[in-house]
Amino acid sequence: MNIIVCIKQVPAKDAPLAISGNWIKESDIGFEMNEPDSYALEEALRLKEKHGGEVIALSLGPERVKQTIKEALAKGADRAIHIADDNFAQLDPLGSAKALAAAIQKEKADLVLTGLQSDDHGFGQTGVLLAGLLDRPHATIIMQIEVQDGKMRLKRELEAGWFQWMECPLPAVLSIQSGINKVRYATLKGIMAAKKKEIATITRESLSVSVEPTQKIEKIYVPTKTKKTEFLTGAPKEVAAKLVEKLKFEARVI
Amino acid sequence: MKILVVTELRQGKWNNASFETLVAAQQIAKDTSSTVSALVIGKGISAFADELATKNVAEVLRVEHDLLESYTPDGFCIALKQVIESAKPDLVLFPHTYQVRDFAPKLAAMLGKGMIGDCIGVRNESGKLVFVRQMFQGKTAADVTFTGAAPWFASFQSGAFRADLLAAHPSGKAPANSVAVSLSAEQIRTKPLELFKEAKSAVDLTQSPLIVAIGRGIKAPENIPQAEALAKSLGAEIAASRPICDEGWLPMERQIGSSGQTVAPKLYLALGISGAIQHVVGMKGARTIVAINKDSNAPIFEIADYGVVGDIFEIMPALTEALEKAKSA
Repeated sequence: MNIIVCIKQVPAKDAPLAISGNWIKESDIGFEMNEPDSYALEEALRLKEKHGGEVIALSLGPERVKQTIKEALAKGADRAIHIADDNFAQLDPLGSAKALAAAIQKEKADLVLTGLQSDDHGFGQTGVLLAGLLDRPHATIIMQIEVQDGKMRLKRELEAGWFQWMECPLPAVLSIQSGINKVRYATLKGIMAAKKKEIATITRESLSVSVEPTQKIEKIYVPTKTKKTEFLTGAPKEVAAKLVEKLKFEARVI
Repeated sequence: MKILVVTELRQGKWNNASFETLVAAQQIAKDTSSTVSALVIGKGISAFADELATKNVAEVLRVEHDLLESYTPDGFCIALKQVIESAKPDLVLFPHTYQVRDFAPKLAAMLGKGMIGDCIGVRNESGKLVFVRQMFQGKTAADVTFTGAAPWFASFQSGAFRADLLAAHPSGKAPANSVAVSLSAEQIRTKPLELFKEAKSAVDLTQSPLIVAIGRGIKAPENIPQAEALAKSLGAEIAASRPICDEGWLPMERQIGSSGQTVAPKLYLALGISGAIQHVVGMKGARTIVAINKDSNAPIFEIADYGVVGDIFEIMPALTEALEKAKSA
């Protein structure tokens, strides 16, 4: 089973964000593998260990994403494709998906995996768009994958504590729910082995897809506080009485 | 402008987020002199269409087909594409549910369009709609606009609009029209199987009007009964921030936040919750937020309507007693 995992590199979780127009200043911050994508990578590695085949890490972005690609290779991906694009932060979800789909079409993959969403833009659309562009069946928010006789039995998370089993033929595209598995660390042996693995770099332009945006982020900003908090003071009994009064007669919620 | 709201049913009942999106549509319509159509899709849905017709909408579209009885992304995309091509809306709105995430971006792409997902607001800037969504997990907001021609697709986060502001039809009922779609079984490639719940006593917090939530400030599992007693006196459900559920002190199904449930109750009482963004995104839509925390700088106070800086272990029993007294009074 050949699996392509789409992996995005995003600003590190604790990185201080300095806003610049509709993106952030990239110069002083660290980057890391998008956490939801690390679950997709782990799931791909587990499927390979069970069913054989190859895992290809696919990432779109500037030169810096090579660091994340190397991490994927160190964890066990067999090879990688880097779609080089210095301006990728300006792509809209459809534009990114078109570029990824064009690269995926050059490969013979049985399964394409993505994480649920990215921790930066948070569009959460890539997997579903890839399914449309590649004309493959898909499912999202997947918590379990069982492969048998050329098709998959999938456990999909619904809202409010519900789950659903479903069947999906191969080839397909799946968006993986975070927490589906326990993500492995790269071993020293893995890191050494990664040095010999292939990273094929292609430019986004060479894929000749139109990435004409359908939407534009005009600006980003720190949200302003919209509420004025009324603080209640006094001894616990007094505060409790005041609060009940407020909830009953002012907010009228009890 | 013609606005189409795609409502959602969940196992034969309304997904209430549908009504929030309908409110968003009514507000946009008012601002831009537009009309709102509401769409319901499935099988055996005439009662739902009739109910939608009592709301302030110009028209209800009923999209029925045997193959739409259970949700599948293929079935919904193929059917809705046909409806959008014939009804020609300018703006198509969805509640940002798990189901919508599963098909709406593809539906838009099938029509060569993009979708602005998970919006928390929208405004009309001299004829141009500006959508507000969050980025960097809520650390920043972003103003987003559509660049190409209509139809445009957008979804609204649960709690972004208040369902109780939904306007009724001014003169009785809007017309409910059935829209025929052609769909064949071979076009549907995935097969939905059984639905199930993992936890026995799974609770749907999104439907609870009153919620008492605990955070790290509760300190130990032995202290949870105090919060539960308070919840009981309010008639509220108990919920928690992520760390409490990670510790296993409350089941995961009671977790509120980006990795748990998103709620918009009438009252959200936060006990010992600092208000990290991952939690806040799941509850900021609550109509009234009360925060009790010993740290006056806790970010939860930034979104609280009422705040108490103090020891939750002193205030919880006092509040429980005051509520019991108010009930019997």
